[in-house]
Amino acid sequence: MSEDITKKIQSQIDKNKVILYMKGTKDLPQCGFSARVVNLINSYGVPYETVDVLANPEIRQGIKAYSNWPTVPQLYVNGKFIGGCDICVELEERGEFEPLLRNAVAEK
Amino acid sequence: MEPDEIKSIIEHGLPGSVVDVKGDGTHFEATIVSVKFRGMDLVEQHQAVYKTLGDAMKERIHALSLKTYTPEQWEKIK
Repeated sequence: MSEDITKKIQSQIDKNKVILYMKGTKDLPQCGFSARVVNLINSYGVPYETVDVLANPEIRQGIKAYSNWPTVPQLYVNGKFIGGCDICVELEERGEFEPLLRNAVAEK
Repeated sequence: MEPDEIKSIIEHGLPGSVVDVKGDGTHFEATIVSVKFRGMDLVEQHQAVYKTLGDAMKERIHALSLKTYTPEQWEKIK
């Protein structure tokens, strides 16, 4: 992975408290797993950013190496890698997903 | 790729684990119970499973949904 891509990803993650790397956009997800995470985050109404990896092939490869995670979507909250769709759903089932988002957004 | 092949790869990579895989050839769902998951967070547990699958994850498996448990967690929910 090129240094530029690593820096770009690092900067995206630093600038956004909640950022989702996904296939497609918030309004038009191109994959069921991405759509599921978008719906989860939307249900709590917190602000978040997305990056469409289908429109950014270098980011698509880069984020997999960056996170040591082979699939997309990937959610970062306050700079920490939270996981993919399965983990978001699991955290939701445990009641931990909403506080995770709310605490992140509340922090200065 | 067959569910049994995925099951066998994960079991080989995580000795002593109990693995169940369902799927249709491209989309799979796997449940893994392993003592190796003790002390790991969810990300680390999933990474441990992905690691056993290596390049198959990149090339041959389109989508794999994971549920990971320690034996203690599994006792509570099963």
